[in-house]
Amino acid sequence: MESKVGRQLPDDIMNELGFKPYETTDFGDPVIQRKAPKVHASTGEGKVVDSLEEVIRKTVRDGMTISFHHHFRGGDYVFNKVMRVIIDAGYRDLTLAPSSLTGVMNDTVVEAIKKGVVTNITSSGMRGSLGDAVSHGLLKNPVIFRSHGGRARAIENGDINIDVAFLGVPNSDEMGNANGMEGKSAFGSLGYALVDAAYADTVVLVTDDIRPYPNTPASIKQSQVDYVVKVDEVGDPDKIGSGATRFTKDPKELKIAKSVNGVIVNSPYFKDGFSFQTGSGGAALAVTRFLRQSMIDNGIKASFALGGITKPTVDLLEEGLIGKVMDVQDFDKGAATSMRQNPGQQEIDASWYADPANKGAMVDKLDVAILSALEIDTDFNVNVMAGSDGVIRGAIGGHQDAATAKLTIISAPLVRGRIATVVPKVTTVVTPGDSVDVLVTEVGIAINPKRQDLMQALGNIPGLPVYTIQQLQERAEKMLGTPEPLKFTDRTVALIEYRDGTIIDQIRQVAE
Amino acid sequence: MDITRTATAGTLESSDIQVTLAPGGDGIDIDLTSDVIKQFGEQIKATITSVLKDYGITSAKVKAVDKGALDIVIKARTVAAVQRALDIVEQPKWEVL
Amino acid sequence: MAENGEKLRRTMMFVPGNNPAMIKDAGIYGADSIMFDLEDGVSLDQKDAARYLVYEALTNIDYGKAELVVRINGDDTPFYENDIKAMVKAGVEVIRLPKVESAEMMYRLEQKVEAAERQFGRPVGSTKLMAALESAEGVLHAEEIAKSSDRMIGIALSAEDYTTDMKTHRYPDGQELLFARNMVVHAARAAKIAAFDTVFSNMNDPEGFYRETRLIHQLGFDGKSLINPRQIEMVNEVFTPTHDEISNAQNVMAAIKKAKAQGSGVISMNGKMVDRPVALRAERVMKLAKAAHIIDEEGNYLGK
Repeated sequence: MESKVGRQLPDDIMNELGFKPYETTDFGDPVIQRKAPKVHASTGEGKVVDSLEEVIRKTVRDGMTISFHHHFRGGDYVFNKVMRVIIDAGYRDLTLAPSSLTGVMNDTVVEAIKKGVVTNITSSGMRGSLGDAVSHGLLKNPVIFRSHGGRARAIENGDINIDVAFLGVPNSDEMGNANGMEGKSAFGSLGYALVDAAYADTVVLVTDDIRPYPNTPASIKQSQVDYVVKVDEVGDPDKIGSGATRFTKDPKELKIAKSVNGVIVNSPYFKDGFSFQTGSGGAALAVTRFLRQSMIDNGIKASFALGGITKPTVDLLEEGLIGKVMDVQDFDKGAATSMRQNPGQQEIDASWYADPANKGAMVDKLDVAILSALEIDTDFNVNVMAGSDGVIRGAIGGHQDAATAKLTIISAPLVRGRIATVVPKVTTVVTPGDSVDVLVTEVGIAINPKRQDLMQALGNIPGLPVYTIQQLQERAEKMLGTPEPLKFTDRTVALIEYRDGTIIDQIRQVAE
Repeated sequence: MDITRTATAGTLESSDIQVTLAPGGDGIDIDLTSDVIKQFGEQIKATITSVLKDYGITSAKVKAVDKGALDIVIKARTVAAVQRALDIVEQPKWEVL
Repeated sequence: MAENGEKLRRTMMFVPGNNPAMIKDAGIYGADSIMFDLEDGVSLDQKDAARYLVYEALTNIDYGKAELVVRINGDDTPFYENDIKAMVKAGVEVIRLPKVESAEMMYRLEQKVEAAERQFGRPVGSTKLMAALESAEGVLHAEEIAKSSDRMIGIALSAEDYTTDMKTHRYPDGQELLFARNMVVHAARAAKIAAFDTVFSNMNDPEGFYRETRLIHQLGFDGKSLINPRQIEMVNEVFTPTHDEISNAQNVMAAIKKAKAQGSGVISMNGKMVDRPVALRAERVMKLAKAAHIIDEEGNYLGK
């Protein structure tokens, strides 16, 4: 079997799991039957439990699917606390379905896999020791990587059937009314967790701060929650978000950022009321800074900013340059704090953010998306998952979803060290070239030939030479030399699901 | 020509390569460390070997720590290391360049 | 004397010669000139390594339209001769000699450069020269140095060593450089070559940088030496002609065109004669405006 972007897919696994190969970015307008969760009705007495051991004993069985969110990022304590109990209790054959896996979770998952506790994983991404282990064949069953919107879709229609969701929250009352905005380990939006709270059969909140009833504002509602477990700490506030994300001073990144801004400003989408999504990180923030100046110079205000939010974006909101900020996650303290106070900042769940299978998601209204890439090939397909050595090291995040924006810009250096970003064929296709419009590098830009309209608009920007993507690829290769092709075995270690539930590519085990 | 002394050129900074030459070795013997050894390992070794051959060196122990250096950087560092190892720093062999 | 009518040299970006990461990226920032440094930016024990690195870069990397310059080590160092040979062999466009104090030093350099051109099969005369003045002696001899050779394309002031020689140091208001700057720019004008101002190394003082750049622009300098790509845009901004200057230049260009069409040797505008310096200035303004992307190749305003 082959996906529409020409990638070989493993027939046996595809058939066994009932997957179809990727065909198109167009989701269409099908009628879908969702799967509702089991609800253990009660009046809510006795939800508060002191020990994780007790809750886990009550709720988890072998073979179940359990989930977590990753809003605590590098400061997460909940995942390891829960998994420690689960591993020590000797559970087996669990499917792990977190919204994503962050670095602090890696060693625990590796241990769980080695002990047969976890036999299946679905996640947005994977890095470090875990990505390395999976790429070398540690997990028997292939990981299913999904975008944020794709995970929401899969949960809603039962592809992912969450038995127990363990959701860490910085505050909750005795009934389970909770939000992510207040408390010692506040992180802002609970966007990814909200889908789990709505669809998991059992919802367990883990908190270090039980508040008087009723606790409002409530992002997670008492009607969704089965248990509230008190632990001493749910997270490390210093590691949850960066202190103050600073825009980069690196001259190459600045040049790219300036060029990205040039593309936006000269595109037909730069008009009053436009919307945009940028990433986090120093380079993305530099774009925000240039964009801000262009907006001021041209008297243009944005109707909304979307995605993972940082303080600089919130500053634009406060300045009146953005109408609303639609927040699926907050990357820093500033953005998290602002969520509490600023009515212009709206918490949105992963489905509202990016799900193709609902009645309209935020990404469907998005004008401009600025995304990164590990690799991009001459068909504009993007890889954000597999490193240049073929090892899993990345996450889909909202990439596939945001790439459906009217103007999708991939912002990346032409080469990173001796690794080319622009390649003849990406190691792994995550986002299909059909959704990608413009590549911006420090040496110039390339426009997807499917966008003749953009060729017109962007062809003559001073200081922004336009090349074909083949020219950029050749330039990179000429500079670096031609790399030896990577060697893989025949064994599939991961499948890349496209946001509509089809499979767009696979990742094979690295040959060593 | 043979190497009579140990010499090093280059640094461990990003985009550089540190090349250390020492006498001995069975032919040209290269110990290479690199993040891109899978993709460019053979190419890096070939570049180093080519420079050594240009100087008529048939045996040497080479330790190369690569930080993503381009071929031209590898060549420049190897030339510098060889000149130092052969003690001809003040009288470069211009034809090799 | 060398005619510098053609090239814009607003920005000369210093790149340390022993730094592969900076060398390979030097071409992407839009500097008018790139100066690879084998001298003060390279430690004594790495002079040879830097030489070969810059050689390889010059012979293999495409730096686009930038003018390629190398600052070799001084003629009182053991590196001088091999630097010249390597850089001429590499086909560098301009060799910059530091610590120049007399025309004599430039004659000696020219001889060695020519010998190297012959040795390595480069066209004789193809390697241009530049002098950096870094002492009282150098500054006082600015004129003879600037006029010392047909290969001269510019002279530069190096303020660090100069102020040390003068028993002072750099101050924010630059008064200590008043005389030296004026000597350099006068000598450059008399010799019809480019004048370069010194490096400003405090990246955390953009106000100070703008102030200094505006001053030297006012004095008539052609450009400034830079240590960081972020400074390129700032210099270009200062050197960008104003709307009025461009309008005026466009009028002059129109008058020149009209006179040519009429076969007249005398160009007049608004009842006044347009003489050669005015015409040259108009050309320069148009060139600066094009480089700043304010007007297109035909001289028409680009949309904002």
